[in-house]
Amino acid sequence: MLLAVLLPFIIAIFIPFLSRWKHHLHTGFFVTAVPVVIFIYFIRFIGPGFEPVGREYSWIPSLDMNILLYLDGLSLLFVLLISGIGSLVAFYSIYYLHKSEQLGHFYVYFLLFMGSMLGVVLSDNVFVLYTFWEFTSLSSFLLIGFWNYREGSRYGALKSMLITVFGGLSLLGGLVFMSVITGTASIQEIMSQQELILNHEYFPLILGLVLLGAFTKSAQFPFHIWLPDAMEAPTPVSAYLHSATMVKAGIFLVARFFPMLSVSEWFFITVSTVGIFTLCWGSYMAVRQTDLKAILAFSTISQLGMIMAMLGFGTELAVFAAAFHILNHATFKGSLFMVAGIVDHETGSRDIRRLGGLMTFLPITATLALVASFSMAGLPLPFLNGFYSKELFFQSVYELDLSVAGITALLQSIFPYLAVFGSIFTFVYSMYFFFGTFRGKGDIEELPKKPHEAPVGMLISPLILVAGVIVIGLIPDLINEPFVEHAASAIGGTEIAKDIYFWHGISPAFIMSITVVVFGTILFLVRPKWAGVYRVIPGLLSLNKFYDWLVDRTERYSTFITNSYMNGSLGRYVRLILAAILLVTFSAMSFTGGFTVDTSNLSTITVHEVLIAIVMVIAAFGTIIAKNRIAAILILGVVGYGLAMLFVVYRAPDLALTQLIVETVTVGLFLLVFYHLPKLQKTDEAPVTKTLNVIISVAFGLMMTMVAISAHSSKLFESMSSYFVDNSYKLGGGDNIVNVILVDFRGLDTLFEIAVLGIAAMAIFALIRLREKKKEE
Amino acid sequence: MEIVMSVLAGILFTTGVYNLLQKQLLRIVIGTALISHGAHLFILTMGELKRGAPPILTDGIEQYTDPLPQALILTSIVISFGVTSLLLVLAYRAAKINGTDNMEQLRGNDYE
Repeated sequence: MLLAVLLPFIIAIFIPFLSRWKHHLHTGFFVTAVPVVIFIYFIRFIGPGFEPVGREYSWIPSLDMNILLYLDGLSLLFVLLISGIGSLVAFYSIYYLHKSEQLGHFYVYFLLFMGSMLGVVLSDNVFVLYTFWEFTSLSSFLLIGFWNYREGSRYGALKSMLITVFGGLSLLGGLVFMSVITGTASIQEIMSQQELILNHEYFPLILGLVLLGAFTKSAQFPFHIWLPDAMEAPTPVSAYLHSATMVKAGIFLVARFFPMLSVSEWFFITVSTVGIFTLCWGSYMAVRQTDLKAILAFSTISQLGMIMAMLGFGTELAVFAAAFHILNHATFKGSLFMVAGIVDHETGSRDIRRLGGLMTFLPITATLALVASFSMAGLPLPFLNGFYSKELFFQSVYELDLSVAGITALLQSIFPYLAVFGSIFTFVYSMYFFFGTFRGKGDIEELPKKPHEAPVGMLISPLILVAGVIVIGLIPDLINEPFVEHAASAIGGTEIAKDIYFWHGISPAFIMSITVVVFGTILFLVRPKWAGVYRVIPGLLSLNKFYDWLVDRTERYSTFITNSYMNGSLGRYVRLILAAILLVTFSAMSFTGGFTVDTSNLSTITVHEVLIAIVMVIAAFGTIIAKNRIAAILILGVVGYGLAMLFVVYRAPDLALTQLIVETVTVGLFLLVFYHLPKLQKTDEAPVTKTLNVIISVAFGLMMTMVAISAHSSKLFESMSSYFVDNSYKLGGGDNIVNVILVDFRGLDTLFEIAVLGIAAMAIFALIRLREKKKEE
Repeated sequence: MEIVMSVLAGILFTTGVYNLLQKQLLRIVIGTALISHGAHLFILTMGELKRGAPPILTDGIEQYTDPLPQALILTSIVISFGVTSLLLVLAYRAAKINGTDNMEQLRGNDYE
């Protein structure tokens, strides 16, 4: 089973070579074989006696991250969708994409996506699930931006990336919570300890994080905005990712954790409300669109909302209907996208206002579109699978348990109306899609290309899907017991078996279906008269505008904040660094009571030391006050010599010696540099006194004084110097303890100090040589 | 005496930091020199001041001043000398190439 997941990745490695070597043959032919093989591998599992299969492969055992694969009814449904529709889409893309496109890139992304999607639905380890989850976001990003020379593609890719990765990260948070609470990373084992999670105080947070991940991926309101923009992708991608597979990953996630999370009332409230609202909003907005793919995008949003709502209802019937509709939606929506692709390919336009009357030019395509869009609308005909699942949806929304109290009851009483409302608009946009494209009068002459029927190869894939629509419609039992029941049971966690009938008698669900058809027809016929409603709702309010505003503002404010402190002035950076040091040190001192004064262990104060100190203080301030820079340099020398004298007083002969020499050389260097400075700059102006500088420098000096005093007042251990004193002669063979330390006890310091001097000398030499070279040029 | 020396070190830091915050390159280098003076004095004060003879072994003397801080300061003096001289030449080169020694006017050039 691992090989099945990894096969697309392995093949993806070879695609670039294949597309170069065999450039006379379309790369798609090689690629199509991959999902077909996977499909054949997995279809063996279908049957009434199916039992879940688990496999374990070692990855990072020390972190409990092993590749656990688990194939139950739910995974099987998704695996077959992914590989089945993947085969059809790969085949379709052979005719859709011309050989002059960058096919190598396209199919590598495509295979990456397929492999990661298989990984998402098969993995039983939360971390592996998350890894594949982000892989799907990434490969989807690459596929949406496939035509990266287009502005719209780049925008759509970025938008989908930002939104889905935002959700992905919150999902990771939820998964980590679950795994930490239960102490295992396996989803099955987490679910078996559901009491632990349900009673945990963080349960609402976990629920929220997981649902956020699912809602962003499955384009639920208000995160649906990335999906219409993702339509900039090539149509096979839209058909595959944005109708059948990736957008159902969120549904899959909710379904996977359904037995655990659905116990909570909040699960019902959140998931079903978001789902129903997405259903209504998506179908309402779909009627407004003019681009064929945009209609389908909003239609996908709305259908996903419907599935999500059914999962939210949580009754056995609703779960069954959800599993059934996942399958049905994939069949008719995939074929509709392919139809839109054919129309685009054969006429050069996707704008429904310019299209029309294509029925006579593309009769086969029109027939396919007719069946698929009527199935999407849920027309009560015995060969349309969309009707069955929609009827089950109505039945489940009608049969919600009204005996509960509170907000749940309120929601349950309005859901049937919302469901009918959303379905009416579903009907309207389905009709709009079909009739707007294939009937009526169109400016055939105005279209970029002369329309004619698509090549056979392009028609095969949608033909198979539409055949699926009809076969499921005619004989639902063919897939019910061996397939859908297993999926529904896997979602629900218990045995769920329902019969799918076309005719239920005059049930409430049937009345609702008839209402939808009647009102839908009326609304469709008088559509121009009420189209003005879109100027009221959403009117000027637009989530896209909000998203753009948010992205724009985030960028602008971060630029603003960065510019506000990164202004390129060294002085400001130094001030900020010092202020941070001051803040940290002073607060640490005050919180810990760090400032202590201990006067018991001080040496006596003598006059000459104080006099030296006073001279040094005057000189130190003199460097600031000096108006003349030569004076400043000389006064700096005074400080240095004062320090040397202090070294004498404190019995450090070597230090005094070094300090005297170094100070002399430094002053000499200063004067040398001063002499060479450009004459223009010799403006001996007094430094501008800034209050801030004064405050910071005084505070810094104060801080260092305080640190010094308290450090001296709290000596915790005896000095280790007695060792040096005792052993200087014994081990080092020298009388001068300081020198013995420098070259013997701690000789390594000296070695690298010599290295520092050497490097400085070389750098100075290099700097001076650099100047001479430039002069020569 | 240690408290007096601590105050002196603090004043050296104050003036050093103040110089560091100025615009002219030369003043910044003066500031770094003052700060290293302050740091050396700081290290010396952390040892014990005037508690014995200079750390050169002599017969009959038991008490010596702490030799370890002296060794550390000696290393530090040499290193700060190397750094200061490099800084000075760097400042000189910067002023020569850019025609200014005002830090506020040094905002990169086309060679970047």
